[in-house]
Amino acid sequence: MILSSTVRRVLVALTGLVLLVMYLPLVVVVINSFNPSRTLTWPPTGVTLEWWRRAWESEGARDAVVSSVEVAVASTVIALVLGTLMSLALQRYRFFGKSSVNLLVILPIALPGIVTGIALNNAFRGILGIQLGILTVIVAHATFCIVTVFNNVQARLRRMGGSFEEASADLGAGVWTTFRLVTFPQLRSALLAGGLLAFALSFDEIIVTTFTAGAGTTTLPIWILNNLFRPNQAPVVNVVAVVLILVSILPIWLAQKLSGDTEALR
Amino acid sequence: MSVDTTRAAVPPSRGTAARRASSQLSARPRLRLSLLLAAPLTWLVLVYVVALAALLVSALWTVDSFTGEIDRSLTLDNLKEITTESLYRTVALRTVGVAALVTVVDVLVALPIAFYMAKVASKRAQRILVIAVLTPLWASYLVKAFAWRSVLSDGGIFQWAASPFGLDTPGYGLTAVVITQAYIWLPYVILPIFAGLERVPNSLVDAAGDLGASPWTSMRTIVLPLLVPAIIAGSIFSFSLTLGDYITVNIVGGANQMLGNLVYTNVGAANNLPLAAAIALIPIVIMIGYLTAVRRTGALENL
Repeated sequence: MILSSTVRRVLVALTGLVLLVMYLPLVVVVINSFNPSRTLTWPPTGVTLEWWRRAWESEGARDAVVSSVEVAVASTVIALVLGTLMSLALQRYRFFGKSSVNLLVILPIALPGIVTGIALNNAFRGILGIQLGILTVIVAHATFCIVTVFNNVQARLRRMGGSFEEASADLGAGVWTTFRLVTFPQLRSALLAGGLLAFALSFDEIIVTTFTAGAGTTTLPIWILNNLFRPNQAPVVNVVAVVLILVSILPIWLAQKLSGDTEALR
Repeated sequence: MSVDTTRAAVPPSRGTAARRASSQLSARPRLRLSLLLAAPLTWLVLVYVVALAALLVSALWTVDSFTGEIDRSLTLDNLKEITTESLYRTVALRTVGVAALVTVVDVLVALPIAFYMAKVASKRAQRILVIAVLTPLWASYLVKAFAWRSVLSDGGIFQWAASPFGLDTPGYGLTAVVITQAYIWLPYVILPIFAGLERVPNSLVDAAGDLGASPWTSMRTIVLPLLVPAIIAGSIFSFSLTLGDYITVNIVGGANQMLGNLVYTNVGAANNLPLAAAIALIPIVIMIGYLTAVRRTGALENL
């Protein structure tokens, strides 16, 4: 497109500015984790590892990491199984109500978290009479993690088509053998990418978690929320926030490399 | 995609149960489909659809104020309360106002960057920019709100950067909520607008230029009208996600309340789940209204 150089320069400047504003707050959190000032005033007066040491020694924070990992691993495994079955069904077959089923997969992530959260809270507590705990968090997280696995596997199935599977069946392989030797090896990297995204999504989820976790279960985001307003904990919260940034962004980079396109991240 | 042929040795046919099941399955695609769908569909319907339906029903229940027990007879008391009490109207209007403001800010910020990404940047730069925009989307929502709490705090970087210009940090309040929410949902608005701009043919804009239109005129009369569905698609995200927020308000909003806070207090401290369910209906109804209003623009196909 033909644009005058002034317009071009303005656009470059605006794009740069937006990216700066997008990354600056996250960078501030990272820098503040080394800031010796207890109130996190700017600019930092020096560099210290004191808060990292304290965060490492904080039992509450460590327990919270363990809970978060447990929840994320369990819900990722459930999401991998259910998401793969769902994408095989929707990508390889045609049936009545297919678009409604598709919508149903997306719904838990499309509705505001508070609606999902209170609906599940109400269902667990008010209707089923279940005590809230780590299991209810896992069920809730698995429900909205299905969509990330589903998106990745479905995109891969669409790209690879059905001819290998048909050839395998023509050569006499049964349903299991075809899945084990033909379909699964081709899906492997898509499953890994989808699983990483599901893990990241579960690891830092807060809204649905607050409604389904009950008093005894503390995931890392809940730990942050509980300690956010305690002045003497502020620097440690800051360190934990950096950990949360790393744990959620690194899997995304990996997933992006594995799936080889940016489509999978949406 | 290459298939490892060395391992693809098909085991010889045996009369095992697995083999029999397999040949049954190969002959019956409908049975295969039902087996594939059974587990995920049961999960989603049992956990999610039933929960949503139950939410609607329990909005009609009440809580006995003495015992705290839930009374499961159906009444419209909760709905009457949220439509007549001025508290709910004030908070609902405030929430819609914040959500609308966040959406306007996001669209205004997203337009130039999406335009640069789609129409000006080279293919290589475009790829890098898409990743650069997508990555913060995956950083924790909570951490982003916390980051703005640090940025806007008394003695924080905002104050430090603004003081040479005689400005000050807005502090914690509704302004901070709008800034933070606009920040959090910005990638969700940039991406549909970027995708929409990629679909606008360059030739149209070039033709407008050849016929003497200034860049501004061709932008206003050619690009923007074609972009309306994509802009609305983006606005659905920022609007809907802001309507349901209560964490950001807690972290940077000072004493202000939004609908989400009222829901949260009634679930927790006030222990009035039916009233909370009734309040949660407000954002749902607003969103359904919004989606119905924009459906005719074709925005829903742009999500």
